[in-house]
Amino acid sequence: MSNYLLEVEHLQKHFPVRGSSFRSKLAVQALDDLTFGIKKGETLGMVGESGCGKTTAGRTILRLHEPTGGRIVYDGDILFDKEEKIAVNMLPYRKKMQIVFQDPYASLDPRMTVGDIVGEPIDIHNLCSSKQERYDRIIGLLERVGLNSEHANRYPHEFSGGQRQRVGIARALAVDPEFIVCDEPISALDVSIQAQVINMFEDLQNQMNLTYLFIAHDLSVVKHISDRIVVMYLGRMVELAESYELTMHSMHPYTRSLVSAIPIADPVEARKSNRIILEGDVPSPINPPSGCRFRTRCPYADEQCAAEVPEFREVTSGHYVACHHLDRVK
Amino acid sequence: MTQENTNEKYLVDIRNERLSFFTPAGEVKALNDVSFKMKEGEVLGIVGESGSGKSVTAYSLMGLTAYPGRLIGGTIDFNGHRINDLSESEFREIRGNEVSIIFQDPMTSLNPVYTIGNQIEEVIRLHTDKSKDEARERAKELLTLVGINEPEKRLKQYPHELSGGMRQRVMIAIALACEPKLLIADEPTTALDVTIQAQILELMMELREKLGMAIIMITHDLGIVASMCEKIAVMYAGKIVEYGTTDDIFYNPKHEYTKGLIRSIPRLDAKEHERLVPIEGTPVDMLNPPAGCPFAPRCDNCMKICLKEMPPVTYFDDVHYTQCWLNQKEEFDASSKAGKEGADE
Repeated sequence: MSNYLLEVEHLQKHFPVRGSSFRSKLAVQALDDLTFGIKKGETLGMVGESGCGKTTAGRTILRLHEPTGGRIVYDGDILFDKEEKIAVNMLPYRKKMQIVFQDPYASLDPRMTVGDIVGEPIDIHNLCSSKQERYDRIIGLLERVGLNSEHANRYPHEFSGGQRQRVGIARALAVDPEFIVCDEPISALDVSIQAQVINMFEDLQNQMNLTYLFIAHDLSVVKHISDRIVVMYLGRMVELAESYELTMHSMHPYTRSLVSAIPIADPVEARKSNRIILEGDVPSPINPPSGCRFRTRCPYADEQCAAEVPEFREVTSGHYVACHHLDRVK
Repeated sequence: MTQENTNEKYLVDIRNERLSFFTPAGEVKALNDVSFKMKEGEVLGIVGESGSGKSVTAYSLMGLTAYPGRLIGGTIDFNGHRINDLSESEFREIRGNEVSIIFQDPMTSLNPVYTIGNQIEEVIRLHTDKSKDEARERAKELLTLVGINEPEKRLKQYPHELSGGMRQRVMIAIALACEPKLLIADEPTTALDVTIQAQILELMMELREKLGMAIIMITHDLGIVASMCEKIAVMYAGKIVEYGTTDDIFYNPKHEYTKGLIRSIPRLDAKEHERLVPIEGTPVDMLNPPAGCPFAPRCDNCMKICLKEMPPVTYFDDVHYTQCWLNQKEEFDASSKAGKEGADE
């Protein structure tokens, strides 16, 4: 018995490419060989550039996308196993696993009042027996995220971006979940509002003993909120470590350039920092490079990188890296 | 108090600009008494939240704030032109020639039905009397300048064939085609990934070194201005609430909003988990701005007067200034204290 709340093993999601020639096997290899565990009460951060599979990972774990391979285990229950051909009905697990979406402008139905949006999961799972109980629960949820009872009768367009994101969070909390996938929940918000929402996520975690998978492209935000961080590149994990260790002693060449590319809000530090500028762009996930997927942009790449997929191995305690040339990376 | 030396020549000199958008819902005072100056070759960062007026400030320099926007006060001087008085045809002479702009979204700001070559050559042929072949040569040079390989091939391609970072490079090539005196960069990297952002920022600084143009960098990312800019203007609700050198703003911020912004960003190198200190409240509704200082409802140290009257400008030295009653009060206390001590002796 493991001590993880959620475990995924070799999780894979390939999207078939429509419109390509008949019976062709072309697929967007959005996610490959995702293997990690999240402990109860922990926040696992996930970073990477657009198209690296972070959103797909979040949604595939919840089976909003059906995985094309691998295994998902939640709290000892197998939710999906490709080899054993297990795919359970997710409805009871939706009560435990929830998601907060990236874009608060697109993820709330414009024709429902905020009260109904937050109330919908309550209705689906029959959590309240009377109307009064349902109403009280909705108001309680709104207050929990810093809104109040008069907001319940308004429509999403009457709210600012930060407030809409609070509604999205209240909806996720409505079923009293244990685990929440936060899919870039703050990237659509203004700088001064971001800190408010980050603090709210931390408070809710402490009050309700939540476990987060926190997905974002902003490494400094992820570093702030997470216990451990996994870095993704083109559908694969490249590095996983405790968050301070990952940002300060990163080993993989991609993580190193990602850390150095972040603009530091401190002029003196910024002037002396040596940016590692990567050449070129992220290749297409339809036809990813053989072997190590990062090799087309990696300054250390050689024949071995093209021939073999690097193993995702534990280098120091709790610090996993997928790279052939760690000894040369300095 | 101290004012900057007026004999010096400035590339940009905006004084007390007021600009409003007359919308069906009412007048939106997008810019309210904005003043700043820029020397040639200077890099100015304008930071602020969405709706704070940072883009409008820069767009008004190019006459891009047409209906329902109207300039209702102040003067704008740019490179010897009085922008207030220019006609549309005179603007056409300046745009792309003396001042040009890079937009936020490289996906939508290039024309999808023309080739890259077409779009670069258009600018060159519009503003110079180069022939078609010469323009093509120049376009090739420009693509090489912005670090695009195989320029010959790229000229024949359409925007959808290029990645986001490449398109932004093409935008920069178009903007620099006539070697402008001023380049306005409106959130040029917001739509790009971090590693691509680093490439584009590096390229912009390299080109500035080579060509010596001034840059106005509009962004909400304090990290970007810290590494690129010499001066920073912090905007809130259509006003410059603080203006100073980069070091002033980061190491000696005086306005409560600037302090709040700097406190609220997580630091990458923090070892212990520190709780963030957010700025409470929500940004101003520009249709119904509060009387007095627009930041007052969110300010921790708000005083009675802040809710009634707009604070005047407080100068700390030749460059650094704020608009805040607290700073006024501190200055007043300091000077009256100094006066008293003088009297005691």
